[in-house]
Amino acid sequence: MLVFIIQRILRMIPLLFLLSLVAFLIIQLPPGDYLTEHISRLRASGRDVDEAEVERLMNQYALDRPMHIQYLTWIQNILTKGSFGQSFQWGRPVNEVIGDKIALTFLLAFLTTFFVWIVSVPIGIYVSVRQYTFTDYLVTLIGFIGLAVPGFLLAMVVMYFSFTWFGVKVGGLFAPEFELEPWSMAKFRDMLTRIWVPVVILGIGGTAHIIRVMRATMLDELRKQYVTVARAKGLSEFAVLMHYPVRIAINPLISTLSFLLPWVISGGTVVEIVLNLPTAAVVLYRALLSQDMFLAGSFILLVGTLALTGSLLADIALAVVDPRIRFGSAEEF
Amino acid sequence: MASDENAAEPRETLLEIRNLKTHFALDEGTVRAVDGVDLEIGRGQVVGVVGESGCGKSMTAMSVMRLIPPPGRIVEGAIRFHRQFNGRAGAADIIDLAQFEPNSRPVRDIRGNQISMVFQEPMTALSPVRTVGKQITEAIRLHQNVSKAEARDIAIETLARVKMPNPAQRIDDYPFQLSGGMRQRAVIAMALACRPQLLIADEPTTALDVTTEAQILDLLRALQAESGMAILYITHNLGVVAEMAEEVVVMYLGKVVERSDVDSIFYDPKHPYTRGLLNSIPRLETVVQDKKEKLNAIEGMVPGPYQRLRGCAFHPRCPDFMPGICDQTEPELIQLEPGHSVRCHLFNGSD
Repeated sequence: MLVFIIQRILRMIPLLFLLSLVAFLIIQLPPGDYLTEHISRLRASGRDVDEAEVERLMNQYALDRPMHIQYLTWIQNILTKGSFGQSFQWGRPVNEVIGDKIALTFLLAFLTTFFVWIVSVPIGIYVSVRQYTFTDYLVTLIGFIGLAVPGFLLAMVVMYFSFTWFGVKVGGLFAPEFELEPWSMAKFRDMLTRIWVPVVILGIGGTAHIIRVMRATMLDELRKQYVTVARAKGLSEFAVLMHYPVRIAINPLISTLSFLLPWVISGGTVVEIVLNLPTAAVVLYRALLSQDMFLAGSFILLVGTLALTGSLLADIALAVVDPRIRFGSAEEF
Repeated sequence: MASDENAAEPRETLLEIRNLKTHFALDEGTVRAVDGVDLEIGRGQVVGVVGESGCGKSMTAMSVMRLIPPPGRIVEGAIRFHRQFNGRAGAADIIDLAQFEPNSRPVRDIRGNQISMVFQEPMTALSPVRTVGKQITEAIRLHQNVSKAEARDIAIETLARVKMPNPAQRIDDYPFQLSGGMRQRAVIAMALACRPQLLIADEPTTALDVTTEAQILDLLRALQAESGMAILYITHNLGVVAEMAEEVVVMYLGKVVERSDVDSIFYDPKHPYTRGLLNSIPRLETVVQDKKEKLNAIEGMVPGPYQRLRGCAFHPRCPDFMPGICDQTEPELIQLEPGHSVRCHLFNGSD
């Protein structure tokens, strides 16, 4: 098991290197950079530019040097100082801008997954043992609607009706009075009363999807002989289901955990913009629009790293629940 | 296990199946998988059930276990199990398993406890993600009031009984770490853990190679002799039946067509179908003498599952087909002599 984990972590290192390279190339590809654009804009409006400040930034990030030097400088700052550079757009270090956004995104991703699993796994199990009954068809129908309706549309519909019917504004994660406040118990409580709306909206598609996956793998497993053998021991039907087919049908779901974070960031962007959420996706979107290169690059790097870590954790979890994977990897040595 | 016992001594009944009908109501029609089976198993007796694929032998066994997959259902008949309580010989209470719901409490109490079953495919009979030990102790903990540690001891002891090498280590192995023969041993251990009075073995050796098959058959015989449990042995292999069973039941299309002790089946078969089955066994002598001789097969095919034939179900394939009789009326099970009955019009000639 330890061998498996170490091996898996070692395999991540080249991936991380490639990731940083790609992240850097992506932000360098568009012509120009924020700094030159910013300076020309200032000059055009006739304002004075602090030459010393420009010089300092140029030097710090090696902006006038060739690309590979720029890359090395960027990486060096990250690895040695933990500094991701300066966000030109916000006028603050990237670390400050990103910090709580990433945390909020994580929270959102975590809660959404929790919601999706809590709802879809039991339903998936239930419809698999009631295949071709009315309930099965009903869940399938609702599931397809859930899959087909885009999240942002659902978000707008929810916002519209909650405002016209109940006079409640559901956008945002915080009430206006807490928006700019530092974190406190009251702010946290306020957030919890609002966060379920994006969680449910973001989760609908995933729920429908996981129900389908769960139902399909369960139907496969239920036909296997070990289920009949388990029944032949005299176990109750519930114990048979939980200890045998569900134990195996849950494995493909664990591996989907690794796509979770990229999914919330890329797939949920439109929903999050519509709902006006202060999450990473929205910030990344703006950073890309305004060529805020260090912010965008660091975001891509961070999200990529988190996704890799997610898949590492999912793999380890999978190895814990499925001995075939655990022993399969040990045999390679 | 050729019967060396004194056949005269009447045995205490363990299980009696009366007019059992298990049907599958499908959109295309009703499949009569088991269509009026009568069967008796005495305490400690080994009964072999033979027949072609699809003759209903497995479904009879599954009916006894109440493990018929939906939409299959027992529509008629009784499965009376003469349950004996520990230690009290003679004091048996009779429970009709056909009366309860498939997953009801009384059925589950007997399943895996007093009646247990060994299945065809040892490769898929165990869950790949749980250790052998967990899967065995589960049944022990369910039916016996023992602690975890005691259940583990019982499991190791049972694994030793089925001649599993290194039982104390193997108990923590996962099924995929075991060979096919070892897996079937583990499955048998699982079935024997609660010391059942009846073991149903549904072609337990079909998926194994010949050497392993011989070992498993030896093992089953030894366990039967040691524990005195009854075995209902289901197979299409007549050689295995000759080796294992005292009594043989031949099934065709959901019905018992002949029942007798093992010697009569092999030396004095009555039903044309039984004779056909025996003829289709390739014989070494004829192969050596005349290399060109073809294998004997029973003419024709098993009729489709939705088809219902008038008269005897075997008449389209029967070499002794009597027009006007066999395709008109269904034969009854006729007793020829004590312990030997046959379902065929050929033997109705006494009147």
